[in-house]
Amino acid sequence: MSDLNKLQHLFAQGRISRREFMTRASALGLAAAAPGFMSGSAFAAEPRKGGHFKLGVGAGSTTDSLDPATYLDTYMQTVGHGHHAYLMEISKDSEAIPELAESLEPSSDAKTWTMKLKSGVEFHNGKTVTAEDVIASYNHHRGEDSKSAAKELLEQVEDMTAKGKDTVVFTLKGGNADFPYVMTDYHLPIMPSMDGKVDATSGIGAGAMKIESYDPGVKTELVRNENYFKDGRGHFDSAEVLAIKDVTARTNALQTGQIHAMDRCDLKTVHLLKRNNDLEVIQTTGTQHYTMPMHTNTAPFNDNNVRMALKHAIDRQELLDKILRGFGKVGNDHPISPAQRFFNEDLEQRTYDPDKARSYLKKAGLDSLSVDLSASDAAFAGAVDAAVLYKEQAAKAGINVNVVREPDDGYWSNVWLKKPFCMCYWGGRPTADWMFSIAYAAGANWNDTYWEHDRFNKLLVEARAELDDAKRSEMYNEMQQIVSNEGGVIMPMYASYVIALSNQVGHGEIAPNWDLDGNRSLERWWLTEA
Amino acid sequence: MGAVYKIVAQRLALGLLVLFAVSLIIFLGVEFLPGDLAEEMLGQTATPETVAAIRRELGLDLPPHIRYFEWLTGILQGDFGRSLANQREISELIGVRLMNTLFLAGLAAAIAVPVAVTLGVLAALYRNSLYDKLVNITTLSSISVPEFFIAYILILFLSVNTGWFPSMANVSMSMPFWDRVYFCLLPALTLTMVVTAHMMRMTRASIINLLASPYIEMANLKGMKRSHIIVHHALPNAWAPIVNVIVVNLAYLIVGVVVVEVVFVYPGLGQLIVDSVRKRDIPVVQACSLIFAATYILMNLTADIISIVTNPRLLHPR
Repeated sequence: MSDLNKLQHLFAQGRISRREFMTRASALGLAAAAPGFMSGSAFAAEPRKGGHFKLGVGAGSTTDSLDPATYLDTYMQTVGHGHHAYLMEISKDSEAIPELAESLEPSSDAKTWTMKLKSGVEFHNGKTVTAEDVIASYNHHRGEDSKSAAKELLEQVEDMTAKGKDTVVFTLKGGNADFPYVMTDYHLPIMPSMDGKVDATSGIGAGAMKIESYDPGVKTELVRNENYFKDGRGHFDSAEVLAIKDVTARTNALQTGQIHAMDRCDLKTVHLLKRNNDLEVIQTTGTQHYTMPMHTNTAPFNDNNVRMALKHAIDRQELLDKILRGFGKVGNDHPISPAQRFFNEDLEQRTYDPDKARSYLKKAGLDSLSVDLSASDAAFAGAVDAAVLYKEQAAKAGINVNVVREPDDGYWSNVWLKKPFCMCYWGGRPTADWMFSIAYAAGANWNDTYWEHDRFNKLLVEARAELDDAKRSEMYNEMQQIVSNEGGVIMPMYASYVIALSNQVGHGEIAPNWDLDGNRSLERWWLTEA
Repeated sequence: MGAVYKIVAQRLALGLLVLFAVSLIIFLGVEFLPGDLAEEMLGQTATPETVAAIRRELGLDLPPHIRYFEWLTGILQGDFGRSLANQREISELIGVRLMNTLFLAGLAAAIAVPVAVTLGVLAALYRNSLYDKLVNITTLSSISVPEFFIAYILILFLSVNTGWFPSMANVSMSMPFWDRVYFCLLPALTLTMVVTAHMMRMTRASIINLLASPYIEMANLKGMKRSHIIVHHALPNAWAPIVNVIVVNLAYLIVGVVVVEVVFVYPGLGQLIVDSVRKRDIPVVQACSLIFAATYILMNLTADIISIVTNPRLLHPR
C-alpha cells in the first residue's frame, strides 16, 4: 500500500500527471480504486465561473505586437490563445481535436483536406466566422511579402478554396497526415476579414476573452467573451496578463498574492516554494528540449564515428541534475519526446561511456580530438554551464572541448546554423513529422546539422502521407533510431515546464505541449474562490 | 541678471549640439551591434525570405546614412516616428512611460533630498560624534551594495514577510494619486537609499569646509548658536556644490533606474530602452536616449544657474 501512498503523494503535488498516476496505479493492480483516491485534488472540483485572474509571465517585450505573425514567446502565445480561437486544438493527450472546425476530413492520399466550420460562431465584434475569414487569416502568413514566422509552415499549402460559407478545402503540395496539427500552430488563429484581408493588430478574435487594453511588455487586460462558443471553457470574468521578466519579482508577486500564477519558476529555489502550502508547483515534460547540433558536412563532424564518440562522451544525467536540477528527462539524441505519439520506447537509452567514446575515436582513426563548442545563454538558460560541464565529461574520453563564449545578441543569426558545433534550444513541435521536417529533413531551412540521410528522408515523406497509424509508428520508430545513431545532434535533455499556481486556481490536467497548460491557461483554468 | 540669460542661451545651443552628437553615436552604436530588427524579431524562426520581407517593408535594406538622415529630418519636424517593431507612435509609447519615470524619480527625490540634506547638516553639526559615524556607515553601506540587493531586502521584510507593501509596482494611469504613491514607495525607498549617501556626504563636507572660514569664526566669537551658524551662515554659501551633487543624482534617478524597474516590474523608460536595444528598434532607442541626454543637459544647466543665483560673486562677475 505504501507504493500507492507515494503515488498519491506525487500526484497530489502535481509531480506526476493523471495519466501517469493511472498507468502506475494500474501497474499496482489498483486501477479500479484509483478514481476514489484522486477525488481529494483540484481535479475533482467543478469549474466555477467568475473572478479576476492575474497571471505573471516571464516573457514579453515592449516590442511585442498583437499581430499573430509576430508572436515570439510565452507572453503573446498566452494572450493569443486567450482572445483568439484556432481551427484545431491540441488535447491533453497530444491529439489534434477540432476547435473552430466542426470536422476535418482528409482524402485517401492526405493531400486534400476538407474543413467544415462550426456553425454560428461569432467574433468579438459580432461577425460570424466564415470560410473567407479562414482563408484570409491563413493568407496573412503566406505570399512573397509575408513577414510571418509561420510562412515556412504554410509553404506546404498549395491552395485554399471556400465551398459555401462554412467549408474550406485545403490542397497540399504533398500528402500530410498530420495537417490537423499544423492548424493548431500558435501563429494561426482565425481573425475577421474584410475583402479578403485581416486587420491582424485589431486584437479581435473568437476566443474566450476579449482584449480590453494592451500595453506591450507590461500588461494585457481581458474580459470574458459572453458569446464564447465552447461549453465548459472560459471561466474568468476578467483577467490580466503581466510581463514580469525577473524571476524573483515573479515569485514575490505570487507569494504576496499580487498574481495567481507564474511560469518558469526559479529551479534553484523551487524546492523552497514547494514548502508554501498556499501554492502548487506543477512540472510538465513535453517537447521542449536542448540540443547540440554538429554540422555533418564539416570536418571532423562529417565522420559518424566522431559524432558517436561525442555522443558517448556526454553524461546526460549529470547535466539534467546540475543544469536543470532534475526538472526534465534525459534525451536520447533524437527530438521526439515521450509525451508524443510515435515515441520509440524500444530504443536503448544512450549512457555516458568514455571507453566507448574512445573506441569510436579509434574507428575514426584518431587518438584524440579537439573541437570548438560555441555557447551562450541565449541558447537556453545555463547553456554556458552545460558546455563547460560537457568539456569536463568529454576530457575523460580524450576529447578536448574548447568552449567558445558567444555574445547573446544575434546568437540565432550569427552562431546557430553558422558555427559547426553549438548549443541550441527547441520548443519542440506537436508531431514527429513536423519536428523532423523543419530541422532534420534534407534542405530544410533550420536543418542545423546540415544532415542528409537518404533512408531517413524517404521514410519522412512516406510516413507523412500514411494514414495507417500502425505503419506510421513503425516508420517513426525507425527514423528516431536513425537520427539517434547517425544524426548530427547530441540531445542531452528534455526541459520541463515548471509553473506555480495559487491554491485559488482550479485546473484540469496540465497539458505538456506548451508552457502554461498548452498556452491555454486563460481559457482552461478557473478560480475556486473570488 | 542679463549675464544669466546669456549663459542659458549659450548652454542651450551647446545642448542641441550635444543632442545631435548623442543621436549619432547611439545610432552608430546600435548599428554596430550584431543582427538587426528583422533577425531579432524572428529569432530562431527566421528564414532568409521573411528577414528580407521585413527589411523591405521597414526600409532596413537602405544604407545606414540614408536611414539616419530620414530619422533626423523627422525629428527636426517634431516627428519621433513609429516603432519599427510594432508600428506604434513613439510619442504615444514614450509618453506614459516618461510620466511613470518622472513620477518615481520625483517621489524618490522628494524623500531623498530633504533626508540627505538634513542628515548632512546634522552630521556637520555633530561632527565626529557617534551620530556622525552611524549616519556615515549606514549611508555608505547602502550605496555600496547593488540596488537590486537593497530592493530584495526591502521586498523581503516589507512585502513578503509583513505584507505591508506590494512587491510589484505595476502602476497604471487610472490609479488615484495616493495609490500610486503607495505602490511606488518600495522602489522609491530603494532609490533613496542608493542616492542619499552622495548628497549627505557632500552637504557635510561643504559645510565643514566653510566652518574653517574667518567669517564663521567671527560668528562663533559673537557667541551665536552652532546650529544657527550652520543653517544661516554656512549653508547658503555651501549650496553650489550641494546642488551640483543633487542634480546629478536627480538625473540618475531619471535615467539610471532600469534595475529597480525590473525588480519592481515598474513600467518606466529604462525597460523600454532595454527592450528596444535588444530588438534593434532604432527609432525608439534614439527617442529614449535623446530624452536621457536632454535630462542630463537640463539638469546640469539648472545646477549651474542655481549656483550662480545663490552666489552674488558669480552673479556680478567683474
